[in-house]
Amino acid sequence: MLTTRRLGKRYGEKRVLRGIDLTLPQGGFLVVTGPNGAGKTTLLRICAGLAQPTEGTIERSAARAQVGYLGHEPLVYRELTALENLELYGSLYRVPERRERIGMLLERFGLWEARHERVASYSRGMTQRLALCRVLLHEPELLVLDEPYSALDEAGAELLDAQLAELRGERSFLVSTHDPARVQPFASGALALST
Amino acid sequence: MTYVRDVGALARKDLLLELRARDTLPAMLLFVAAVFVVFHFALPGTPSRLETTGLLWVAILFTALLGLGRAFVPEREQRTFDGLVLAPCDRSAIWLAKSLATLAFLVAAELVALPLYALFFHSVGGATIAAVLLANVGICAVGTFLGAMAVVTRARDLLLPLLFLPLAMPIVVGAVGASVVASPGRYLLLLALYDLLFAVVCWATFEYVVAE
Repeated sequence: MLTTRRLGKRYGEKRVLRGIDLTLPQGGFLVVTGPNGAGKTTLLRICAGLAQPTEGTIERSAARAQVGYLGHEPLVYRELTALENLELYGSLYRVPERRERIGMLLERFGLWEARHERVASYSRGMTQRLALCRVLLHEPELLVLDEPYSALDEAGAELLDAQLAELRGERSFLVSTHDPARVQPFASGALALST
Repeated sequence: MTYVRDVGALARKDLLLELRARDTLPAMLLFVAAVFVVFHFALPGTPSRLETTGLLWVAILFTALLGLGRAFVPEREQRTFDGLVLAPCDRSAIWLAKSLATLAFLVAAELVALPLYALFFHSVGGATIAAVLLANVGICAVGTFLGAMAVVTRARDLLLPLLFLPLAMPIVVGAVGASVVASPGRYLLLLALYDLLFAVVCWATFEYVVAE
């Protein structure tokens, strides 16, 4: 599903990632840990296809349409409603039976009642739930999740746990976190980065 | 067909954002109206058609620049560019949709600008209207492309005019020429060729502008 060999990344003179070898098999769940500045976000961005490595190679069997990426930003428009945001992404990802899929996800993440409200009026936790709906909308083969539990309250975190438990084994996961214990029950491997 | 649908969805998003935020169009309308009002009182006597034609095109160009400078602001401020870049649509669809949305704002500003110009200065002929329509395409195609390049830099407000204005010189030459000569054919042809050439170049290379 995803293999990197001696992967590295430099921004000018600054080296942010060096010699990363990882293998994520189909249905695997790899947890990436490390202190701030270790390059977790850079690694995940490269694996999602958002950035190019400056050293080493990456092989990813999932096409761009089959990757779901959750970054530090929710990647939704604040002036649009939750429904309009998901309609936009659903259209771009050619999601079949889009309306039903969007409705199901909004229901599951407790946003159905607020679906016609602009995202600008959402709390940080609600926005993160919407971001998770966006990531899951097109049923990606590879989910790249950067700190997915950030901003979620306990109820939101439990919803995410349930999603991960449901999809574990069917999809491949690359998850960075500062709280490895939280995803330990799902993990099939771990990668610890250091500065 | 899916390409057209992607462009439609992205352009609809841009129009909706403007409808809600009202960041761009009111600024463009106010600016172009203010330029004509100020010049109406600043130019002594009755300025010649040649002089005011130059003024009209300067006003259109800088009004467009105002819109172009804001074209990628939602993506920059809300950091949604990653979401669009990751989507499986052709990345040129992002450029085309933005260009179409900016074109809509520019046409709306011109619907106010041209009657004001006629009211304060001289009537607007068919050749001028044809030049405006052709120039709009080139302005939006090139300006949106450069706007995407500039938006990721710290000096974006400086960079866009610095990149755009030299590239817009053929538009000014063609548009002013078409507006003042008796046979505007070759100037309109120049504008059409500029549109075609730069639209193809921008469409084909936008992928590299958004790649990290």
